[in-house]
Amino acid sequence: MVSIQNLHKKFGKNIVLSGVNLDIKEGGIFAVLGPNGSGKTTMIKSILGMVIPNQGTITVLGKNIKKSCNYRNQIDYLPQIANFPSNLKVNELITMIKDLRGKSTNEESLIKMFKLEPFLDKKLGNLSGGTKQKVNIVLAFMFDCPLIILDEPTSGLDPIALIRLKDLIQAEKVKGKTILITSHIMSFVEEISDEIVFLLEGEIYFKGTINELKTKTNQPDFERAIASILTENHA
Amino acid sequence: MQFSVTHRFIIYSLLTILTGYTQTILAQPIIVCKDCQTTSLKKAIALAKDYDTILVKKGTYKEYKIEINKPLTIIGENYPVIDGELKGEIITIVSDHVVVDGLFIINVGTSYTEDFAAIRVKRSKDFEIKNLVLEKLFFGIYLEKAANGKVYHNKVIGDAITEHNSGNAIQLWYCKNIIIENNIVQHARDGIYLEFSDNCIIKNNISTNNLRYGLHFMFSNNDTYENNVFSNNGAGVAVMFSKKIKMFSNTFRNNWGTASYGLLLKEINDAEIKGNIFEENTIGINIEGSNRIDYVKNNFINNGWAIKVRGACYTNKFIGNNFLYNSFDISYNSNINDNVFDKNYWSNYTGYDLDKNGIGDVPYRPVKLFSYIVNRTPETIILLRSLFIDIIDFSEKVSPVFTPDNLLDNNPLIKKIVW
Amino acid sequence: MLKILKYSFFDLIRSRWSYIYFAFYLTLGVVLLFLNNDLSKAVITLMNVIIVLVPLIGTIFGVMYYYNSKEFTELLLAQPLKRTTIFLGQYLGVAISLSMSLVLGLGIPFIFYGLFKSNAIWDFSLLLITGVFLTFIFSALAFNMALSNENKIKGFGYSILVWLFLAIIYDGIFLMSLILFEDYPLDKLSLIGTMLNPIDLSRTLILLKLDISALLGYTGAVFKQFFGTHFGLIVSITMLTIWVILPVFRIIYKSAKKDF
Repeated sequence: MVSIQNLHKKFGKNIVLSGVNLDIKEGGIFAVLGPNGSGKTTMIKSILGMVIPNQGTITVLGKNIKKSCNYRNQIDYLPQIANFPSNLKVNELITMIKDLRGKSTNEESLIKMFKLEPFLDKKLGNLSGGTKQKVNIVLAFMFDCPLIILDEPTSGLDPIALIRLKDLIQAEKVKGKTILITSHIMSFVEEISDEIVFLLEGEIYFKGTINELKTKTNQPDFERAIASILTENHA
Repeated sequence: MQFSVTHRFIIYSLLTILTGYTQTILAQPIIVCKDCQTTSLKKAIALAKDYDTILVKKGTYKEYKIEINKPLTIIGENYPVIDGELKGEIITIVSDHVVVDGLFIINVGTSYTEDFAAIRVKRSKDFEIKNLVLEKLFFGIYLEKAANGKVYHNKVIGDAITEHNSGNAIQLWYCKNIIIENNIVQHARDGIYLEFSDNCIIKNNISTNNLRYGLHFMFSNNDTYENNVFSNNGAGVAVMFSKKIKMFSNTFRNNWGTASYGLLLKEINDAEIKGNIFEENTIGINIEGSNRIDYVKNNFINNGWAIKVRGACYTNKFIGNNFLYNSFDISYNSNINDNVFDKNYWSNYTGYDLDKNGIGDVPYRPVKLFSYIVNRTPETIILLRSLFIDIIDFSEKVSPVFTPDNLLDNNPLIKKIVW
Repeated sequence: MLKILKYSFFDLIRSRWSYIYFAFYLTLGVVLLFLNNDLSKAVITLMNVIIVLVPLIGTIFGVMYYYNSKEFTELLLAQPLKRTTIFLGQYLGVAISLSMSLVLGLGIPFIFYGLFKSNAIWDFSLLLITGVFLTFIFSALAFNMALSNENKIKGFGYSILVWLFLAIIYDGIFLMSLILFEDYPLDKLSLIGTMLNPIDLSRTLILLKLDISALLGYTGAVFKQFFGTHFGLIVSITMLTIWVILPVFRIIYKSAKKDF
């Protein structure tokens, strides 16, 4: 599905990714974890072509993404911070994204699911953070793409919406899609992910299932396993 | 003064007309045509007695060096053509009381040694030259030591290309009491040129596209020109080394170029400049060494410089003029001022009138620092209307250093003056 | 690109600032014409405004829009769209909506005043054309500055500096160097100096209309050819076009390399 070879990226003098190699197979939920500044978002943005790598190649669905934009038709993306043009109304934004991608969508069921009907005629600038995030989710799941990338999808969501989101992710997984998630909420990651990728100081420190991680670190639960990696490396 | 001159002219003109008229009644006119007994103007003149009338019928007459040596009235019917074939001067009047009317004179010869003219009046009085059309000329109408004459309703079209081998459309040399009225002069060196000629009146003429000046005075005094239009000339009017010239209600327009002015005053004293329009000239009036001149009720519109003062000019008065949208209103090349500016309207004035008396409460300073800079380094003109220039102009306005600090209009008007 | 342009444009058209900008020009036009009642004077005042304010507003608007729509840009970047499409679309959205505010804001009062019956229409059209050029140039410069500076304050500061330099400081240096080298033939130098600054270029274009009589007072042959014929007009318009194209190319170049 996604294959990254020898990915290097630095911002100024700050080296963020130094030689990441990653192969993500089709189907399943992959969580990208790592401490702050470990390069999670940079890696995801590299896959999306928003960050231009200094070195390395990325292929999505078998094609090199360099200087190409059409492959993004196959990706649904949920950005980390949901800020939209404040003068647009919610339904205008949805229409616009539909217009730009030109694909049939299932936005109505999503709007119903997140109870956004009352907000459709409101300007995006007047929405609360949580509501904006819901709109963000609708936009991300609207299209039926084989690859879904979610950057901190849980931020600002109330518990009901969180449950709905989990259901949604599971449903997409059942359809055989590949889902890439970054999150700080360990319980959320533990609950839904099939496999995790742990980034540390610009490199992949671990890739495998949660059980494999527990075994490797000799910790009984997931959170401690993560903590032990961090303390070991910082010690 | 002016009245008496006019008066005298009217009497002379009437006399001329009357004498001519009585002659036509008394004697049969001599008719010139291709199939007549007399087939040339020269022959007709030779045949004629004093105060006879010669009638020239339509046709082309190839003649030059025609001398009118007795009082005669020569009338062209339907504009007969007198073709000089570029051989020299065509008509020379050496007698008093001559009237020439309605001829089409072409092809005057060009010479570098002699000033050939289409028609010349030499040491004669009481003449009248009217309704002539002159083309392909060197000089057009040349009045030499003539007096009490009238040049009326003629059209003089030259084909001057360079100054040194072209002549003037109407030239006066040592003349007195001449009226030049309703003429159209164009494409000559000077439209109308007066040298050592006094008490002349020049009015209602249209002088355009002349190489040098539309109207040119040299060493001539007590002359008046009014209601003339001067446009697209090398320079509109040049008044030099003359005294007591009256300039009323003329229009000076579109005189563009490096040394181009609407009006050039050089060594002029005691003149009156009133009710004229100066529009779209590079320089409206260029003044050098001229004193005691009153500039009243003139309109200066869209000129590069409305008034450019060079050299010493004293006790001139600028009162009640409109200065509208000129790139520069006044330019001085020194910071000494002895001239008065009062009650003018300046479109560039930005002051206010709190007491509503129609007069701005802050004096106007018509000389800008930038005009001083442009005088020094002409290329800087390219920065005209730049914000930076506005800023330095403003600082100079607040505390004048380079421009005369007493050059102020203390009573700038708030509204454009309408007469 | 047209889709992005459309959305940026409508987004801006509905923003408060477009209205303020539009209202400003409308008021200016009305005040100049109906309180002053003098078309020629109005055109001259307008020229001063257009040469100084239009670039400033283009700059501020360009920078503001770029930084404010950063998230929107990121949203668009994740869509199957080319970067050129996104940034040119946004740039054109800003430039066109600003130009519209300018043209309508000034045009409406002038039309009511009876512009079509006046011969000032050419001067006025030239003013508007110049204004539109300046809007395009300075919003492009602002986009450049914003693209090169992640830091909002820095980007804003540099853009204002660019404006300040081109609007005032440049002319100061220009004037000083002309005076300093006044013993040398300067006409070519002064024309080249003008070409290198879009504000000076627009000013010259308007001078050709308003102050041609003064400009022709200068002796230089190059000057004469430039100002006396259509040559000046053609060269100025060409240079203005180049001034639009160059920053736009840099937008394309910079945006292709930038990380978001």
